Amino acid sequence: MTTDSATPPRRRRVDFKDFGILGGLLAIVVYLSLSTTTFLTSQNIVNLLDQAVVIGLLAVGATLCIVSGVFDLSSSATLAVSAIAGVFLTTQFGVVVGFILALAVGAILGTITGTMIVITRVNSFIGSLAISIIYRGVAIVLTGGAILSVTSDQLDAFRVWALPVLDGVSGGTILFAVTAVVLGLVLWGTTFGRRVYAVGGNEEAARLSGVRTPLIHISVFAINGVCAAAAGMVLASRAGSAQPSMGIGMELTAIAAVVIGGTSILGGAGAVWRTVVGVIILTVIGNGFNLLRWDTTYQQVVTGVLILVAVAADSWLSRRSRRSRG
Amino acid sequence: MGKPTTLTSTPVLALDGVGKSYNGISVLRGISFEIAPGEIHGLLGENGAGKSTLLKILGGAITADAGAVLFDSVPTRLSSPRDSIAHGVSLISQELALVPQRTVLENVFLGGWANAAGFATPAADRRRFDELCAEVGFDLDPHALVASLPLGKAQQVEILKALARGSRVLCLDEPTAALAEAETEHLLEVLRTLAARGTTIVIVSHFLDEVLGIADRITVLRDGAQIATEDASAHTSDSLVRLMVGREVAALSRTPAPLPDSAPVVLKAEGLTNDRILDVSLEVRRGEILGLAGLVGSGRSETLRALFGADRITAGRVSVSGVPVRRATIRRMIDRGLALVPESRKDEGLVLRRTTAENIALPSLGGRQIGGIVRQGAEASAVDRVVAMVDVRGSVRHVPVGALSGGNQQKALFGKWLVTPPEVFLIDEPTRGVDIGAKVNIHNLILDLAAAGTAVIVVSSELEEVMALSHRILVLRAGRVVAEFPSPADREDIMSAAFL
Repeated sequence: MTTDSATPPRRRRVDFKDFGILGGLLAIVVYLSLSTTTFLTSQNIVNLLDQAVVIGLLAVGATLCIVSGVFDLSSSATLAVSAIAGVFLTTQFGVVVGFILALAVGAILGTITGTMIVITRVNSFIGSLAISIIYRGVAIVLTGGAILSVTSDQLDAFRVWALPVLDGVSGGTILFAVTAVVLGLVLWGTTFGRRVYAVGGNEEAARLSGVRTPLIHISVFAINGVCAAAAGMVLASRAGSAQPSMGIGMELTAIAAVVIGGTSILGGAGAVWRTVVGVIILTVIGNGFNLLRWDTTYQQVVTGVLILVAVAADSWLSRRSRRSRG
Repeated sequence: MGKPTTLTSTPVLALDGVGKSYNGISVLRGISFEIAPGEIHGLLGENGAGKSTLLKILGGAITADAGAVLFDSVPTRLSSPRDSIAHGVSLISQELALVPQRTVLENVFLGGWANAAGFATPAADRRRFDELCAEVGFDLDPHALVASLPLGKAQQVEILKALARGSRVLCLDEPTAALAEAETEHLLEVLRTLAARGTTIVIVSHFLDEVLGIADRITVLRDGAQIATEDASAHTSDSLVRLMVGREVAALSRTPAPLPDSAPVVLKAEGLTNDRILDVSLEVRRGEILGLAGLVGSGRSETLRALFGADRITAGRVSVSGVPVRRATIRRMIDRGLALVPESRKDEGLVLRRTTAENIALPSLGGRQIGGIVRQGAEASAVDRVVAMVDVRGSVRHVPVGALSGGNQQKALFGKWLVTPPEVFLIDEPTRGVDIGAKVNIHNLILDLAAAGTAVIVVSSELEEVMALSHRILVLRAGRVVAEFPSPADREDIMSAAFL
């Protein structure tokens, strides 16, 4: 056949949608740098990054779920159960083993959530909501409603995620950065990542291409469980303890961050770096309201508007690409 | 042929040169006929002849871009279902437009319930419902949920809904396709009653005897053109088949390569059965192209899906190169060298939001990895090779495949399976919705693959396509294989086997 079409033109398209969100973040940063003297100080930046850690870990896990076409509303409940288990196991086996086992508990809970949703075929939104209520119940049963603390001699080592470890940057910030880079690479460059995109974009097409779609969904829930457990251990590390009502409602903030970053709630499109940008935007807005001494009541209005704009842009862009199809 | 018969009364509905095209491809053109009040008009043609398009134009679901529709001799623009309803036209599709969770009574008056200042007054609806039922002789429980009704009864609800809106023209698309025989008889009786009361009926059906038994006049369409509008009494099912088939359309330039007698059987299926197909047995040899013909819903696609492990089978077995496959799953079938191009590239074939390159790479990802990491270089060269083979035009890596033309999308869909050419290629509707250039490319691709030794099973609603590509043709009807023809086969024989 013809050879001229063998090498299609490698034209780099500068798509507004690809980088619009980075431009948005940049605009906010520039504005805050010019209108305050405190924003661009290293102390503020370090604090800001540390504030982004917990939502960031949840949001990075949620990104994989949403790209694969499912929602996990159980992540903050998984966070609580994993942190409670982590604190208990830390008192038994020490800080390092306790942390690793906490991640294992998160993985197991995520696998259970995913398996239930795949087997029952209920909508993931409702299914994971139901499971989150169960996990919260489990958290109360485990603690009897009380706060669980690490022993006082463990406290210094246990607080590694909350304290500055590298040029003032907290251990939690480094944990978040490593997680984001690893999961970003997984989604971008592995066969698993490709399958996640395919399943989220068109589950039936993926299935007919030989992708084991149930396995993909269970895997993303499991990964999200590990992320939730890591977030839980950061929170526990800050307080030196864990309790059943930890992190309530954070799963929704995490989903908001994913959406603001530009990952499509319809599945099949998005990226981890977008979520990182989304999380930082949310954090910077909160930071900016404080620095400018604006009434923080309006912070919620701004956040809400931002989410609406992001979702509207997504549905508008996907409608437009459908129409342009011949 | 096609001398229009004269009407004895003023037409309630007239079409004058109605046409429709999509992206410059004409699917309907120059349709002109008139229908008298109380007439039952049968609309006939092969799959894709334009019958459903014409009905949808009357129902306002799509808008004609040429010609005029006239009601009582007044040209009328139908640009939405609302317009059509306002002019007394109701379209009853195969997928009924009812709310299954609500009662019969609510559905009959859907959206137009009797009310006093916004509060529903079901008693008034109930009186009207009883009147309508008595008029047409229906026996329906007004309080039953539509979801609990058998299909035949649900159709009666649709008909009552149309009458409640004061419809003068009822358009029915394949109303009997999913009905049992007794239900079909009853429906036809109801239509005769309605026509006797003065309601005009336009009916599309694949069942020729049924149409001949009920219609006053018939219109035959072929490839979007009107072939004849004549009295039904002048026809037999044989004469209708001849009109629908017409002259032989110019054959494609190439024919399949001759098949050596020694070619071994690659895929063999015995007694495949599930809820859509019954006792289907077939075999394909190396290099052979087997065509499956039949009407929509005859079990062609379902046969391919069962072979591919995409639909479960309740009985029967499949063997590949003589080795039986136990508990067929899609993965197992792909590993044995099977590939499926599904019927709908949008719903089952492509991940439209991802790029062409990613779509092509998807089925063979596992073969180009180190520890789960994609070997980007190997992937790029595999994709480039396939893109050159199937000739996809457009940006392969930077735009979603959904932004390409239908023809290029279809080529990408084939490309998915050509990174390593399959042993058995199952192809459902190879050229649906693609332009003629892409169609020729795809036909040549299929012929080349077969010549290189791939066994192919091809399903198409276009009989020409099946005939041009196949060494051998199986005809399916109602989920069973009913006939087999060696290649050059007679069109009318195939049609008769499919229809009658």
